[in-house]
Parts: sequence; structure tokens; C-alpha cells
Amino acid sequence: MNHIMKTTGNKFKINNLQSRIISLFLYFLLIGFTLVVLYPILNVFSISLRPGDRLLSTSLKLIPDGASFHAYKVLFAQTPFLLWFWNSSLIAAAVTITGVALASTAGYAFSRFNFYGRKSAMVGLLVTQMFPPTMLLLPMYIMLLKLHLINSYLGVIVIYTSTALPFCVWQMKGYYDTIPFSLEESARIDGSTRWGAFRRIVLPLAAPALVITALFSFMTAWSEYIVAAQVLQDTSLFTLPLGLKQFEASMSTQWGLYAAGSLLVSVPAVALFLILSRWLISGLTLGSVKG
Amino acid sequence: MAGVRLSGVTKIYDGGVIAAKDVNIEVEDREFVVLVGPSGCGKTTVLRMIAGLEEITNGELYIGDQLMNDVPPKDRDIAMVFQNYALYPHMSVHDNMAFGLKLRNYPKPEIEERVTEAAEILGIRDYLSRKPKALSGGQRQRVALGRAIVRKPKVFLFDEPLSNLDAKMRVQMRAEISKLHKRLDATMIYVTHDQVEAMTMGDRIVVMKDGVVQQIGSPLELYNNPGNKFVAGFIGTPAMNFFEGRVKKEERLYFEGKEAELKIEIPAELEGKLPATAGKDVYLGLRPEHIVPEEESKGKLRSSCNLKVEISEPMGNEVFLYFQSGSNPIVARVTAAINPKPGTELKMYFDTTHAHFFDKDKECAIA
Repeated sequence: MNHIMKTTGNKFKINNLQSRIISLFLYFLLIGFTLVVLYPILNVFSISLRPGDRLLSTSLKLIPDGASFHAYKVLFAQTPFLLWFWNSSLIAAAVTITGVALASTAGYAFSRFNFYGRKSAMVGLLVTQMFPPTMLLLPMYIMLLKLHLINSYLGVIVIYTSTALPFCVWQMKGYYDTIPFSLEESARIDGSTRWGAFRRIVLPLAAPALVITALFSFMTAWSEYIVAAQVLQDTSLFTLPLGLKQFEASMSTQWGLYAAGSLLVSVPAVALFLILSRWLISGLTLGSVKG
Repeated sequence: MAGVRLSGVTKIYDGGVIAAKDVNIEVEDREFVVLVGPSGCGKTTVLRMIAGLEEITNGELYIGDQLMNDVPPKDRDIAMVFQNYALYPHMSVHDNMAFGLKLRNYPKPEIEERVTEAAEILGIRDYLSRKPKALSGGQRQRVALGRAIVRKPKVFLFDEPLSNLDAKMRVQMRAEISKLHKRLDATMIYVTHDQVEAMTMGDRIVVMKDGVVQQIGSPLELYNNPGNKFVAGFIGTPAMNFFEGRVKKEERLYFEGKEAELKIEIPAELEGKLPATAGKDVYLGLRPEHIVPEEESKGKLRSSCNLKVEISEPMGNEVFLYFQSGSNPIVARVTAAINPKPGTELKMYFDTTHAHFFDKDKECAIA
């Protein structure tokens, strides 16, 4: 008996040691990855604090000598940064709202209705994703020209929405497919119209997919440069990526402003992700039907 | 409350698949009617057409006196309990039950009163604040029932509501639904593939096969006087035994089995119904309780056959004995006192006073 207990005790010690070593290794690995991710951000932050628009430095200090928030002050006080921010916000919000509205309804139609051309339309949407955006630039530019939408918010909103939609429709459709039909049928018998069942039952359950759609649409519009550079020519309509590019001249670049602007540009995206991530949960339909 | 009438109702899906063909059913007000049949027989399609979840290709559907073919589900004043519960997972039990009432703009105090009353009846009052995922299968099905009864609809529809529950819970819920019917005194249409549920719950049973109604009648009517071979075989556990053979006439009419070495005298009371079939191929049907061992025949029965027990299934109060005669499987239901081991040869007697005869080609009942 004692012998068995001793053997079991030794085994337990060995297992415990093994799991500690594995944990330690994992922690080192995670810390390593975190540093890889954080280093560029910290570096940009450091540049934004450096005096004299110095991009490169031999110092390893995170807070450089003579650090100040001068670049941030200049950014807000002497550049149209807030205007660009407003333009970007307006365009991204419009693209997000349009994207969510269209993808949620189109995805529902593809998931629930059996109509002529359904499969072809689904494949058609997929095919549009095979072409690089730069290839679509010229035809889209010509279309916008004919529609008199060059140099307007609406022009970029149309392009951003149309490029984000195929992915969003597909992923919404995929998510709706996992929501049992019987929930809507039950709601329709309980007194809902088809639209009411969609709004009260299906949409709340599709929250994770709606969040993905919203984030994808937002990011498509928020960080895009090439299309904006082609469509928006009036500086008062510039978005943040176009505005930041203004700090870059042929002979010199205002790296302090560029770095400060870059950091501030990323804040809304991070904030939106943090706010919406609480909806990115699995198992929303648990308990609704026999699993 | 209201009755339901289906008149010549047909459902043809895209691609020409006929799910229900010329269905004529009249459900009386406050009646409990069970639609029963094997998978794919069209019973759920019929129920879904009543609910308005499937369009009717042909025919007419009335709830009360109103033609309902084109009325949307929400305006039919029906409630449906689904096989998979179909509870709204993002709502609490209370909100699930109150959902239909809120949509119909009932005053809040009345909603509370109805939900509490239904929760009391179903024993789920303690779970009203929980989400469906925190409930067991039986509790979820109770919530689904509660959601239906709070609305006090004209007609209750049940789509195999117990098939996802375990055997014990199924028996319990079966009794509860029957009690609920008596308490609510409501019109109920219940779909199941389980003939035991159909027999124990329904005032009347509608047996379906391949989209066609085979027979409508009370449970005992279907059991004692099946209209065709399918109904005879579907209703009753274990199923009725069938023997293919021919009715012949010597001094008296007798049945001669095609494969099984059977020569069974046809009792005088059936003879009157059979003369036209003499010389014709028929199926003889005998329920398991009408094939009895020597000890139970009490010298009254004359037709017999020596059969070897292949499997013996003791059920506690009775034993099912399985035999094979030629290619004919035979099952007998005997008292628990007789529990022979497999391989034992028994002389089994056929109680032909309870025999059923079916036409071989049309499979309809002859006698």
C-alpha cells in the first residue's frame, strides 16, 4: 500500500513539474509575441514624442530625451486633423451602417428564401472577391465619373460598401444558416410578421455576425487610401489616411506629426473593437432547440 | 375554441414531390386528434399547412367557419409546440411565454396573470427568470407548452413534442398533455410517429402513409377493425402477424398458408363475410395476443402449429415470444408464467375469432 502511494506521489510530482515547465514555456512564448506586436506601436509612440522630427535613433529609450507632446499640439492646432477625422468618421459610419443594413437583409434572403438565381448570385458575390481592388479602380472611377460622384463622400461610400459587402453577405448568410428555422416559425405563430420575426428573433441571435460585419465594414472605410486618393481631390474632403500623407513631402517628412496622427487614427478602431467584442460570443442559440 | 376542417387538401412541393394527397379530416371542436404514421408519411406537412407554415397547393382549410388558406400564421389564432422546443434563447422563460401576448398588445397585468397561471399549471414557476439554456429537456418542453397555453388559442398544434425526451419523461409528459386537454377543453391536433402516444392520447386517430389518409377512427376502432393491412400492422405493439395464403372451401372455409404450414379453420361468424374470397389469395392477420400456447387455449381453440421459440422477451407482466415459420416471422404475447427458453418447441393455438383478412392485391380489409 505504501509502495503504491509512494509511486503515485512521485508520478504526481513529475506531472506537476512537467505542467509547470510547459506553462513557463507558453508564458515566454506569449511574452515574445506580445513584444513583437507592441514594439512597432511603442516605436511609433516614441517617434511622436521626439523633438525635431527624427525618425531614426540609436537610443533604446522608450521616452526619448527632450520628449514632448508638441507634435500632438501641432496636429490639433495647426493642421486640419480634426476635419480629416470628421470626414473619416462620417464615411466609415455611413459604410458601417449601410454595410450592416444591406448584408443583414441580403444574407437573410440568401439563407431563407429559395429564389431563381440564388446560387448564381452567391457564386457571383464570391467571384468579385477574386479580383484585386486596384484592378477595380479604373472601372469604378469611370462609373463614379458618369454618376457625378467624383470628389464626394457618397462616391467613396459607394465603393467602400460595394467592396465590403460580398464578404459580409456571405458571412451573414453562413451565420443565419445556423439559426433554426423553427424559431422564426414559432414567432410567426406567436403573432409576428416575417419582418417582425427577423427583427425580434433572428437579428438579436445574429449579434456576433453583425459585429463582424460592422467591424469589417468600418475597417474597410477607415484605413483605405488608394480609392480615397483617386476619388477625393478637394482637401476639405480628405480622410485621415489622405491627410497623414500630407505630412510627407518630397524633401522632408514631418515624422513627429505622422507618428502622432497614426497613433490617434488607430484609437477609434481599437475602441470600436473593444466595445463590440462583448458581442463576439458563441452559443447564443444554446437552449433554443434540442441540440 | 373551434373545429378544423381539411377538405381535399394536397401539398405538392417544387419538383413534384407529393407530400399530402387529397386529405379530408374533420376535427370537432374540443377534440384531441392524433395524426400518426411512419416518417415521411406527410403528417407534419398537414400540421404545418394548418399552422400556415406551408402553402396549400389544392383544397380548403377551415378553422371554425373561416377559410384559412391564405391567412398568415399570426392571424389563425393557433399555437404550436415544436418537436425541438423552438424557444427564444435570448429571452427568459417568462419572456418566452409572454412574447405572443406582448405582440397582441395585452395589458401588462393580464400578461402577468396568464404567465403565472400557466407556469403554475406546468410546475415551472421557479424557472421564470431563467434562460432556456439553463433548463433540462423536460423543463424546456414545459416552457414550450406554457408559451402555447397562455395565448388561449382556438387550436393547439403539437409536432412530435415528446420525441426528444427520454422514455420516462415521455410517459410523464404524455399524461400531462392529456390532463391539459381535459383542463383546457381545447381543440388539439397532435402529430407523432409513436403509435403508443396515438393510442393513449387521441380521441380519434388519423393514420397516414405516403401522404394519404389510411383510416380515421377511435383508438379501439383502429385496433379492432383496421381498414387495411398497413393500419393493422402499424397500430399495436408488437405488430400484427400476417400470413400470406388462400381461402379454400371444403366442408367449411379454411385458410391455407402459402409458406407457413398453416391450415386454419375460419370461424362460423366470419364465414358469412368471406365466401366471395374463396379461392382467392389473402393475408390473414392475427394480433400477438391471439396466438396462445396450449396452456392458455383452454381446449377451445382448434387451429394450431408447432413452433420453435427463437427469442423470448420477458416484459415483467407478459412475455413476447418470437418464432419463425418458413419466411414468416411470428410473435406471440403470452403471460409471464410461460417463459420458455429459446429453442423450445411449443404448440401454439390461433384464436381465429379475432382473425382479420385482407385482400392480397389491394391490402384492404375483407373481414
